[in-house]
Amino acid sequence: MSKRTDSNAYTIIFAMIMVVVVGSLLAFFSSFLKPNIDENKRVEKQQNILYAMGINDNDESNANFISSSFAGQEFSKFVKEQLVLEVTDEKVTKLQTREEYMDTNNGQEPYLIDVKQQQNHAKEGKARKLPLFVGEKDGKTFYVAPIYGKGLWDAIWGYVSLDENMVIQGAYFDHKGETPGLGANIKQRYFMDDFIGEYLLTDEGDFKGVTVAKGNNDPKNERKTDYKVDAIAGATITGDGVTAMIKSDLQLYVPYFKSLKN
Amino acid sequence: MALLSKKDAALLTDPLTDNNPITVQVLGICSALAITAELKASIVMAISVMAVLGVGNVVISLLRNIIPSKIRIIVQLVIVAALVIIVDLILKAFSYELSKTLSVFVGLIITNCIIMGRFEAFALGNGPWKSFLDGLGNSAGYGIILIIVGFFRELLGSGTLLGFKVLGDPIEKTGLYAFGYENNGFMLLSPMALIVVGIIIWVQRSKNKTLIEEN
Repeated sequence: MSKRTDSNAYTIIFAMIMVVVVGSLLAFFSSFLKPNIDENKRVEKQQNILYAMGINDNDESNANFISSSFAGQEFSKFVKEQLVLEVTDEKVTKLQTREEYMDTNNGQEPYLIDVKQQQNHAKEGKARKLPLFVGEKDGKTFYVAPIYGKGLWDAIWGYVSLDENMVIQGAYFDHKGETPGLGANIKQRYFMDDFIGEYLLTDEGDFKGVTVAKGNNDPKNERKTDYKVDAIAGATITGDGVTAMIKSDLQLYVPYFKSLKN
Repeated sequence: MALLSKKDAALLTDPLTDNNPITVQVLGICSALAITAELKASIVMAISVMAVLGVGNVVISLLRNIIPSKIRIIVQLVIVAALVIIVDLILKAFSYELSKTLSVFVGLIITNCIIMGRFEAFALGNGPWKSFLDGLGNSAGYGIILIIVGFFRELLGSGTLLGFKVLGDPIEKTGLYAFGYENNGFMLLSPMALIVVGIIIWVQRSKNKTLIEEN
């Protein structure tokens, strides 16, 4: 005995209706929740920048952001200026303050600049906008720069805070889908804290970067001027991704830091 | 009058003990290994699976007479995938930090064999109310094991529970650490989840001999 639901026509029609129903349902949820999700992402960027400046709720081993309800308040308190740079031929050709940038960009805050989009602009030969957040904490000035690159499976990104000599004062890394327990550990404190105090420039002022190195015989990371931090076992490609994004993105800020000295 | 008939109550309680999806049916092991290093992630995973399986079972059961049998597995997959994406979006909107910790694992819900297993084995042949109870029961049975494993792994591995230092401070050497106690880093690795599940299975089978398979 064959049932009504066994016929080919029925099967095809059922499949078509199902796709339409499920598709519209997903589209509805996605657009309905988008404002909330975007708001969460915005607050997260503030938390990331504050984290790199050392404003966080870290306990002895875990990296914790400050609570999202304070993030906006603390962000406006500690981040004194958001600069937007354009660099050509190793010279800062354009420098906008937050107000200037917002005036020309429909009121968009500089910290919401999409780093990946700007990297693509650079590839197309257009000017790349480089956001730089100037913060002050305990009388010390921090320069926080965003970086963006690729890990093993997907995107990785981060924020690095520097002093006037481009010595790293703090770093926050995050990832989209690195392997849990291996590459995903770049957002663990034992990895991120290793970067603190590392030099990016040589004594002559040339940019060298920091390499995530295997077997550098310095697991406690006591040597701060070796331009190396200890890699995570089993996360070579993610580590190389971190090295690469530090090198490619932070290098662009060198002319600005040189101009600070003059 | 009891709220549930005896048969209905059995749908809820059987999976908690004698027909537990993890320890007896040995389903859903991969997610039990992956996310139980912390108690919090275990609880969230348990709740998410409960929501997806409860709702999914009802939806499948309501559609059971119109789902074409030739493509029923695909239909089940589409329904569970849609539910999971909706759960993911809701987490992103209202519990962002949690959704970040779970980001990789939310996808694991789709491939959780308990879910497809209950759709195939129960919801396709039973009414929505029974299917709902079956979904709740099975996800609770799954969740309980997850939470037990998460409890021991976080307690012995990190010395914390839900992030609180219950055993004292390992760096300042207070509490238990003052007596030379150390956290066992091995507990945080996946193999220990398997061993903890194994111990639970051992305890359960020594209490209820009928579960022991005859060779």
